[in-house]
Amino acid sequence: MSAVPPLAGSNRRFMSGNEAVARGAWEAGCNLAAAYPGTPATEILEFAAHYPEMYTEWSVNEKVSLEVAIGASLAGSRALCAMKHVGLNVASDALMSQTLAGVGAGLVIAVADDVGLSSSQNEQDSRFWGRFAHVPLLEPADAQEAYEYTQRAFELSESFNTPVILRLTTRICHVKGVVSFDERSETSRAEGFVKDPGRLIMTPNVAKKRLPLMFEREAEIQRYSESSELNQIMAGSDRRVGFVTSGPTYMHVREAFPDAPLIKLGLSYPVPVDKIRELAGQVDRLVVVEEVEPLLETELKAAGIALLGKEILPRIGELSPNVLRPAIARLLGEALPETAEPVRAPIEIKPPAPRIDPATGANVFPRPPTMCVACPHLGIYYCLSKIRNTTISGDIGCYTLGAGHPWNALDTTICMGASMGIAHGLDKGRVEADRDKKIIAVIGDSTFMHMGMQGLLDITYNKGNVTILLLDNRAVGMTGGQDNPASGRDIHGNEAMKVDFRKLCEALGVKPERIHEVNPYELPTLFTALRDEVKIPEPSVIITNQPCVLIDYYGAQPALTVDDAKCTGCGNCLDIGCPAILVTRRETVVKPNGSEKELAFVKIESGACTGCNLCPKTCGPDAILPLADYIRQ
Amino acid sequence: MSENKITNILVAGIGGQGVMTAAEILSQTALSQGFDVKKTEVAGMAQRGGVVTSHVRFGTRVLSPAIPPGEADILVGFEPAEALRWISHLRPSGVAMINTTRQEPPVVSLGLYDYPQDPIGEIAATGIEYHAFDAGAIARELGNFKLVNTVMLGAISALLPFPAEALKNEILDRFRGRKPTLVEINDKAFELGRQASL
Repeated sequence: MSAVPPLAGSNRRFMSGNEAVARGAWEAGCNLAAAYPGTPATEILEFAAHYPEMYTEWSVNEKVSLEVAIGASLAGSRALCAMKHVGLNVASDALMSQTLAGVGAGLVIAVADDVGLSSSQNEQDSRFWGRFAHVPLLEPADAQEAYEYTQRAFELSESFNTPVILRLTTRICHVKGVVSFDERSETSRAEGFVKDPGRLIMTPNVAKKRLPLMFEREAEIQRYSESSELNQIMAGSDRRVGFVTSGPTYMHVREAFPDAPLIKLGLSYPVPVDKIRELAGQVDRLVVVEEVEPLLETELKAAGIALLGKEILPRIGELSPNVLRPAIARLLGEALPETAEPVRAPIEIKPPAPRIDPATGANVFPRPPTMCVACPHLGIYYCLSKIRNTTISGDIGCYTLGAGHPWNALDTTICMGASMGIAHGLDKGRVEADRDKKIIAVIGDSTFMHMGMQGLLDITYNKGNVTILLLDNRAVGMTGGQDNPASGRDIHGNEAMKVDFRKLCEALGVKPERIHEVNPYELPTLFTALRDEVKIPEPSVIITNQPCVLIDYYGAQPALTVDDAKCTGCGNCLDIGCPAILVTRRETVVKPNGSEKELAFVKIESGACTGCNLCPKTCGPDAILPLADYIRQ
Repeated sequence: MSENKITNILVAGIGGQGVMTAAEILSQTALSQGFDVKKTEVAGMAQRGGVVTSHVRFGTRVLSPAIPPGEADILVGFEPAEALRWISHLRPSGVAMINTTRQEPPVVSLGLYDYPQDPIGEIAATGIEYHAFDAGAIARELGNFKLVNTVMLGAISALLPFPAEALKNEILDRFRGRKPTLVEINDKAFELGRQASL
C-alpha cells in the first residue's frame, strides 16, 4: 500500500480546522483575535491564545468581538474575530455598516455554521452574509485550506478594502487533517490610525457617498473571482454530470464521483458566473452541491445557466457521499450503487441475517445529553419542577437541558439572552386565564452578560413582574468552561475583574431586598427563596453561586452510596436527575387503599459521584450516606 | 486514485469514556505509518453524557472526513448498546470490537426507555463478525477504569493494517513524557485487550 511521506521535520502537524485558522492568522501577522465561545468555533480563540504575539480576548458577545476587531483594524493591526453562525446575527449590526467604511489593516470574520445541528438552535446559512453585506466570502474545504484561506482572507481584505468572511462548518472546524505550515510575518501598518471622518463616521451623508464605492468594490471582486485560482475548474472523464462545489462539499463530491468534472469555489462570493457557465458547456448536466440554502443555485439559474440543485438534493443537513450517490444515481436513471465489497470466503453457513438498515440504524433508546453528576443546576431544576402554576422562560446554555427529564421545567428557549424579554412579554401579554401564573426566567452568568442584562433593564424600567434565576457557575459551561467576567480570570487564566452580580442587578433597577444570593445545593433555602419571590409582584433575582463541576473552582467531595437496607424505593432522589443515581430494580406494590404504587430502588455509581450532598436532602429514610461511613459500618 | 484503499474506523461510546482519545491515538499511529488521515468528531455536547462517535479514516489520500453508513471496516464499541446503535455503520465484511460493560443513561433509570435485553445477541443476529468482552472488568482489575481505552485499542490491534507494536508505542509514548508511572500498566492493559479479543 502506497502512502504519503511521514511527518518529516516540524512544519507538518495533525490539526483541526479551528487550530489551522488560528495558525493561519498568526502567520499572517494578525495582532488581535477576539471571540465569544460558540460551538463549533470555540477552539479558534483557544488556540490563538497560545501565540503571545497576538492579543486575544473573550469578548462578552459577538458584536463586541467584531467591534474590537474593527478597532484594531483601523488602528493598523490585522484582526480576526471568530463566532458560531448565530453569533453573526448579533454582530451583524457592526458588519452591515463597517462594510461601507472598509478596513484599516486586514479584517477577517471567521464564522462557523453548524450544518447538521450538532449543538445549535438553528441551521442558518452564513453564506447569506456575503450577499447581504456585499463582502467576499472564502470557504475552505479542509484544515489545510482553513490555514491557507485565513491568510488569503487578510490579503483580500487589504487589497479590496473590505471585511472578509471566512465561512467554516462543523466538518471543517472539528475535523483534523495534516497541515503544512510556515512562520509568522509581521504585517502591521506603519502609520497607525488615520483620521478619515468622511469614511469612518457613518452618518447618512457619508453612507450615501460610500454606497456606490461598495458596489464598485463588489464588482471588482466579482472580476477577481472569475480569474482567481481560488475558483478552479477541474476536468474529469465522466461528463454525464458536472458539479459546482464549495467548502466541505468539494471533498464529498470528489469522494463520491472521482471522475466527474467540477468547479471548486474557494471564493464562493461574489460568484464567478462566467467560469461556471464555461463548466456548464462541458458537461451533460450541471448539479450545484451546496449545504443548507440554494444560494448559488438561485443566482446561477437567474444568470440563465441550466442546472439542478435542491430539486434532487436535500435542503437540510450535510451533503455527504452517502447522500449524493443515490441522488445522482436517480438522476441518471441508474440502480442505486451498492457498497463495493471484497470477496470473502464464508466461514460457516449462516441463516439469512436480519441486517440492520444503515439508513435507519438499530432501534436503541436515545442517549440525549444530560446535566453532569453534581451539577449545581440539578437542585435548581428540582425546585422549579416542584413549583406549580408557572411559565418558565429559558435560555441558551447547559441549563437548557432542564427542559428534559426528569425536570421538564422550561417552557421556552429561543436565543441568547431571550429569557428576559420573553418572560417580560409573557407577563405583560398575559390573558385572564393566566392571571395567577408565575413568570420565571432562567439564565446563566455568561448569557446574562452576553445579551440578558439589557432585558432585565427593560423589565425593571417597565415595572415588570418576573422572578429571575441567575445561575452563576463562573464559566461558559456548554462550550467547555471558558472564562468570562464572572470567573475572575481572562482567556489566559490570569486574574481579572470579577463582576458583582448583586451590584449589577441593583444598578439595573432591582430593589436590593429582591436580590438573593443562594447556594444551589442548599435545597430548602433555594426552594423557600423561589417560592417567596414568585409571590411578590415585582422583579426579583435569585443568584446561585456554585461553580460548574467541570472547572477547577469545583472541589469534589468523597463519594456517597445507598444503604440497601434503608432504601424504601420511593424514588424521590431520582427527581434530582443526577446521572450517578441508577435504578437497581423496580417493584409494584399495592397500598392498603388498593391503589398501585411503583417503587424504584437505587444505587449510586460511586466512581462518578463527587459528594455534592444534594440527593440526601431528598431521602426520607436517610438511606444515602458517605461511602466511607457505609464501609465502616 | 483507484489504489487508494481507505481504512474506516468508527469509535463509539459515551462522553467521558475516552472515545476521542482512542481516535486521536489511532490517527497519530496511522500518521506515523505514513498514511494521510482525517478524524472527525460528532460530539456537540460530548461532556454531557450523550453519544460520542469519532470517525478515523486513513489511506493514500482521504477526502470526505465522515465514514458513510455501511462502510466502516472496524467498529470500536465502548458500550454494548452504543455498539448496537452503530453496528449498521459497518460494511458486511467489517468487524465489531465491543466492551460489554453497560452504562445506563438517566432516561433508562427513570423508566422512560428500556435498555436492550441482549444487545450482543442482536449484534450476533446480524451475522456481522464481532468480538465482545468485558474491557471494563479488565480495567477495574488493573485498578483504573480509564484504562478501558487502552484495553480496547489492544483488542483491535490485530485488525489494523500496521503493526500492533506501533499502536502500543503511540499509547506508551503519551505517558513516557508526562506520567512514566502509567507506562507499565498501560502496556499490561494493551496486552490484556489483545489477548481478550483472540
